[in-house]
Amino acid sequence: MAVSSSLIKGLKCRECGRAFPAQAIYVCDYCFGSLEVDYDYDRIKGQVSRETIAARAHSIWRYREFLPIDGEPTVGFDTGMTPLLRARNLGEALGLKELYVKDDSVCHPTLSFKDRVVSVALSRAKELGFDTASCASTGNLANAVSALSARAGMKRVIFIPADLEMGKVVNSLVFAPTLVAVEGNYDEVNRLCAEIGARHKWAFVNINIRPYYAEGSKTYGFEVAEQLGWRAPKHIVVPAASGSLLVKIWKGFKEFHAMGLIPKPETRMYAAQAAGCGPIVEAVEQGSDIIKPVKPKTIAKSLAIGNPADGYYAADAIRETGGWGAAVTDDEIVEGIKLLAATEGVFTETAGGVTVAAARKLAAAGRLPKNESVVICITGQGLKTQEAVMHRIGKPIKIKPTLKAFEEAMERSAS
Amino acid sequence: MAVMVRIPTPLQKLTGEKAEVQSDGKTVGEVIADLERQFPGIQDRLCDAQGKLRRFVNVYVNEEDIRFLKQEGTELKNGDELSIIPAIAGGA
Repeated sequence: MAVSSSLIKGLKCRECGRAFPAQAIYVCDYCFGSLEVDYDYDRIKGQVSRETIAARAHSIWRYREFLPIDGEPTVGFDTGMTPLLRARNLGEALGLKELYVKDDSVCHPTLSFKDRVVSVALSRAKELGFDTASCASTGNLANAVSALSARAGMKRVIFIPADLEMGKVVNSLVFAPTLVAVEGNYDEVNRLCAEIGARHKWAFVNINIRPYYAEGSKTYGFEVAEQLGWRAPKHIVVPAASGSLLVKIWKGFKEFHAMGLIPKPETRMYAAQAAGCGPIVEAVEQGSDIIKPVKPKTIAKSLAIGNPADGYYAADAIRETGGWGAAVTDDEIVEGIKLLAATEGVFTETAGGVTVAAARKLAAAGRLPKNESVVICITGQGLKTQEAVMHRIGKPIKIKPTLKAFEEAMERSAS
Repeated sequence: MAVMVRIPTPLQKLTGEKAEVQSDGKTVGEVIADLERQFPGIQDRLCDAQGKLRRFVNVYVNEEDIRFLKQEGTELKNGDELSIIPAIAGGA
């Protein structure tokens, strides 16, 4: 596809509406608002239908027209189309009759939804001529950039806070990036990367490539809608760090409707955050116009962003749709992980524990109605954050290799 | 109160390419008004039509975000340092 047939018109400031070219920029130099991709929807409308999408390969690129690249995708052909489980057991536990779990704990290749955004970011970064991929990350993004840039043949320099879980460190290092562990929290790593980005011509997927990268999150919502039989759910509970995923899922539903692919979405959006880092939920609960930054303190490190870049937009989407939010404690997070595992056989990371626990709270408070469709967004894999549950899930029963020892052990464990 | 203000790159066109400028005011709000007197046009870039700081403009007094303090009403003392930092992107 030639550049002239691109479906991207350019970038646009989300605050003041000023237009910019579709380059590696992310902030409006007039009002400092963030930039978003502006599409040519009239042309998209003539090109997509349920049939054309359904006939394509099972990856995020089946939604190609809604993703911000000029030519053909080059990264992420095996990413996306993760299962949407009908979660009857968990539904029973939470008192919800039509509950689904969208399970990105098995997303290819690094087991989190970040594989989606990075596939889009690197495809765009290559079009813009970059040879080095970079990011500031709480872990999952580091894994996704490391793996996908390895396969894409790009150089990679990854920045993480120094106190990350070992699983997330190993899952980056194995792909041989330059891995920089910064002594500070994510917000500090991020600020440093913004400064480094001014000196080095690298594709920081979550900074100068962010307008393109963030669009990849829409595919999570597109898949939910397609997998529900081309309709949006009535309720969706989304983990929130920067708040971008929540915003983009909602945007995806609205785009699908505008292009005639699904009926008008009546979805309510709900944010799930940790009590030790819940600036978006706090703003929603207090009806505040201000997102007050916090200094994060939670075991859910992948959600530990105290100054959320999309906080305002997430709070706006929640208000616009009549949704709500819930913040949960570290204990509730661990119980959430265990509940999902025991009921649905899915092992999620701490962020997933936050989402399950938040859904539990919202259901108990009557915010999630019993008889309407509810989707819980699971975005990451439990094997990466084993530290969080290791001491809360019991131990194996050790025995000698004899029948007697086994039967005795069974008696002991029954009593 | 005499304070020092760090100006981000996109606004340095207004300050004659100076990255640090001196200003005066009892509060952050007064300093912004003083900056406007010195560098006409800067207030429009920092504040919305109601005169409140735009929501993606971060202001720090001695490294502390003023949203942790008293916003534009945050009081200043001689020698304080203000940083104006545009939107921080990041995360997903």
